[in-house]
Amino acid sequence: FVCCISFWILFSQGKAPAYHLILEGILILWIIRLIFSKTYKLQERSDLTPKEKEELIEEWQPEPLVPPVSKDHPALNYNIVSGPPTHKIVVNGKECINFASFNFLGLLDNEKVKSAAQASLKKYGVGTCGPRGFYGTFDVHLELEDRLAKFMRTEEAIIYSYGFATIASAIPAYSKRGDIVFVDEAACFAIQKGLQASRSNIKLFKHNDMTDLERLLKEQETEDQKNPRKARVTRRFIVVEGLYMNTGDICPLPELIKLKYKYKVRIFLEESLSFGVLGEHGRGITEHFGINIDDIDLISANMENSLASIGGFCCGRSFIIDHQRLSGQGYCFSASLPPLLAAAAIEALNIMEDNPDIFQTLRAKCKRIHRALQGISGLRVVGESFSPALHLRLEDSYGSRENDVKLLKRIVDYCVNRGIALTQARYLEKEEKCLPSPSIRVVVTVEQTEQELDKAASLIKEAAESVLN
Amino acid sequence: MANPSAVCNGHLHHHHHQKQNNVLKSGVCKKNGITKGVKKNGVTNGTLYKKTFIEHFEQAPMYVAVLTFVGFGVGTIFGYLRDFMRAWGLEKRNVAQEREQQKDFVPLYQDFENFYTRNLYMRIRDNWNRPICSVPGPQFDLMERVTDDYNWTFRFTGRTIKNVINMGSYNYLGFAETDPNALKTVTKELQKYGTGICSTRQEMGTLDKHVELENLVAKFLGVEDAMVFGMGFATNSMNIPALVGKGCLILSDELNHTSLVLGARLSGATIRIFKHNNMQSLEKLLRDAIIYGQPRSRRAWRKIIILVEGIYSMEGSIVQLPEIVSLKKKYKAYLYLDEAHSIGAVGATGRGVVEYFGMNPDDVDVLMGTFTKSFGAAGGYIAGKKGLVDFLRTHSHSAVYATSMCPPVAEQIIRAMKCLMGLDGTTQGLQRVRQLGKNTRYFRRRLHEMGFIIYGNDDSPVVPLLLYMPGKIGAFARRMLEKNIGVVVVGFPATPITESRARFCVSAAHTREMLDTVLNALDELGDFLQLKYSRYSKSSHPELYEENRFEFED
Repeated sequence: FVCCISFWILFSQGKAPAYHLILEGILILWIIRLIFSKTYKLQERSDLTPKEKEELIEEWQPEPLVPPVSKDHPALNYNIVSGPPTHKIVVNGKECINFASFNFLGLLDNEKVKSAAQASLKKYGVGTCGPRGFYGTFDVHLELEDRLAKFMRTEEAIIYSYGFATIASAIPAYSKRGDIVFVDEAACFAIQKGLQASRSNIKLFKHNDMTDLERLLKEQETEDQKNPRKARVTRRFIVVEGLYMNTGDICPLPELIKLKYKYKVRIFLEESLSFGVLGEHGRGITEHFGINIDDIDLISANMENSLASIGGFCCGRSFIIDHQRLSGQGYCFSASLPPLLAAAAIEALNIMEDNPDIFQTLRAKCKRIHRALQGISGLRVVGESFSPALHLRLEDSYGSRENDVKLLKRIVDYCVNRGIALTQARYLEKEEKCLPSPSIRVVVTVEQTEQELDKAASLIKEAAESVLN
Repeated sequence: MANPSAVCNGHLHHHHHQKQNNVLKSGVCKKNGITKGVKKNGVTNGTLYKKTFIEHFEQAPMYVAVLTFVGFGVGTIFGYLRDFMRAWGLEKRNVAQEREQQKDFVPLYQDFENFYTRNLYMRIRDNWNRPICSVPGPQFDLMERVTDDYNWTFRFTGRTIKNVINMGSYNYLGFAETDPNALKTVTKELQKYGTGICSTRQEMGTLDKHVELENLVAKFLGVEDAMVFGMGFATNSMNIPALVGKGCLILSDELNHTSLVLGARLSGATIRIFKHNNMQSLEKLLRDAIIYGQPRSRRAWRKIIILVEGIYSMEGSIVQLPEIVSLKKKYKAYLYLDEAHSIGAVGATGRGVVEYFGMNPDDVDVLMGTFTKSFGAAGGYIAGKKGLVDFLRTHSHSAVYATSMCPPVAEQIIRAMKCLMGLDGTTQGLQRVRQLGKNTRYFRRRLHEMGFIIYGNDDSPVVPLLLYMPGKIGAFARRMLEKNIGVVVVGFPATPITESRARFCVSAAHTREMLDTVLNALDELGDFLQLKYSRYSKSSHPELYEENRFEFED
């Protein structure tokens, strides 16, 4: 059509050279031919007769919906706790001291927290019956967000109703397809799921290895120079944890800040284990290193460890946090946190603010047991000396992962039978990106006395000797 | 989004299924006269539906669609104008800005992504996120909130608006209550257990309360075993990836909830979408999948799973379960039913859509639901055969990495379920279910009579009332609040751009007076805002709106 018009214009002007007209003429003839020729159909399998189709449908056999699970699968039979999982816990009928629940500050059975929750129960009932956008926002939620923002000294905070969903919804809200995320190998599963949901390019760097990270950043820089227009719209993020759940050590935050400004990458910090543990007042790893909190773009934590409630929160500048109110999936499309849990969290924050010396006490206890667990033949301690969540790994593997898991289970059972409740760290073997080796989780809480810490250490030593030799 | 076979010139299309026993022909003659839209599907229609299934998806007159587009157009033009003025400093920028030190970083948000939020949503933002300060029962107290700068910031005056009728919270059976007698056991358990768990199910987080709850849920639904999780959204997003993976096919309804879509995407399986509640579309997809196999490699699919919901929360439509089950049996697919809104809300004793259609719970492979809506708590469950639940206990992401449900919430579910099952010695549960049914039918009938366009099934307690034009969204919600009624309005992107709506959630706790107050207010407001678009009101089809049910003998 276009070349018809141009042909006509050129022809009428009479100024066009001959070859121009011939070319246009050929084009028009070609178009006429295309219009009238038969289209070429790809041979499809739709030349199957209906009878053959029915046969295919008859013959097809799907897999069973789920593969059968053997009765002695190590994860099938749960430890059942009778009563509350407090300091003294009853596991499978046996009374033990609890070294397995992340109740770092002992707020799980604090009377003040319980009475705050009771008052809230009387006023609001249990559930909120709606997401935040549709009458699910209660004044306790607003108060909790306010208190958390003040405590962490940021502009704004946002609450989620489930700890796992917090970081898993926060990452996809900012990082989309085409963006680049540099994440530590030892990142926890919730971060991995958030990254998967975001569909961005993931670049793993070796655990806590800043030279490896810098190498990746430099590679990205050279890529950018090849295509500057694309680089101008590709967002970059680094996702790290304050205190890693899988390895018990902390990230080198000052170096990360330097890298942030050098390569213009934003930092998302996951502080589930370090909130309420590190720092002079429990504000986490930024207080521990004395870093300005505005240098971190987003801090995400869950309230299920130190605050002994349920749920999670993200805090940071309003510029960043406000975006999640419309694009955080776990925030917009899910019911809000039950008010009694929010009230419990507020009361727990009050206690944290009024007693800043519990953090020192907790760290002293961690150091004590870290020292006491050194030197056990066959087991080595993985984690910083001030980390309340340690791992005990086998020095050498005994063949296969299955064997290691069985041995560790025997150690755990030995301890549980003699009054110390421990658990193995659980992973989904097929789903993790970098599967950590099997280990026993040892959790230190403020409520454990020194005798109990010593007893636990000596019992583990005994167990290791009896099982591994 | 409206019934796909509807004619586009505004005629009413009643999606009217009538499949009865061959025995009972006489009782049905009256209704046969109006069966304009009886669908014939491929399966034998003898005993499929045991009672009439009426759904409405009336299309609005053409002028309404035109005016809606005009409304959005005007809003967009003004949006561009405002953006222009803001960019040139003629108008104050009200949004938070990036830090000075980070101004040379790649911008975090694209300007055009937030165009809709900045210019259209911001104008009527005061209708969402309204904070309340009482229990979300049939009436609640709202915190009074005013804005001095056209919704950019809000300020609380400190006053509360008392006893606003609640038509927005998902409180179908009225279990969101603060009666100390009702909450006696919850108070006791809270005192005993505290609020936290601090561990995952597989480590040290399984309490005896969870075991009790799971046994009760399995008994309630009539299946072998069940497993509970701490969050309803997470139940879908963390268990679908455990059940399906690469090489599997997911057939998902067009209007499925975000949690189902997220779970399907995270699983890595191939996703194909069928038209909403359209069995021909589903059958075609099933046939094509089995005949042609996986794309390109032509290998057979490992398994095919169909994701549907019991009641769709934005439409109010109920899934056509009998037909889906017969399709699934014929083509050997698996069925995952998300009963977030339908558990407790439909069915003669509140057992959900399976009971509503009189079917066997064993026909559905995976029964999933949430406790947030009808039980006034939080969390979700998956139930089915023991093999399925054992697999989830070992392989679900939630069991390994996420905290378990907290004990007072579990106790609330236990007491609500015992009440529903009659195990607490009263008939209160059954009364609540019946009251909900009565309220639903009354409310829908009156709205039809008044001439509003209402979507959805006659038995669904979710009632969407169509508003269409963007200007009316804000006006409707604000005026209803002035009359002391709290409603929920929804617009783009949760609904198609031309079909903004107000959504009412009827509750068993609503009294007849409250419903009448709401209906009178709606009548008045409907005339004022000209919302009564329906071309058909009660007088022309009295037979379709009677309240008695036809009881068919089997």
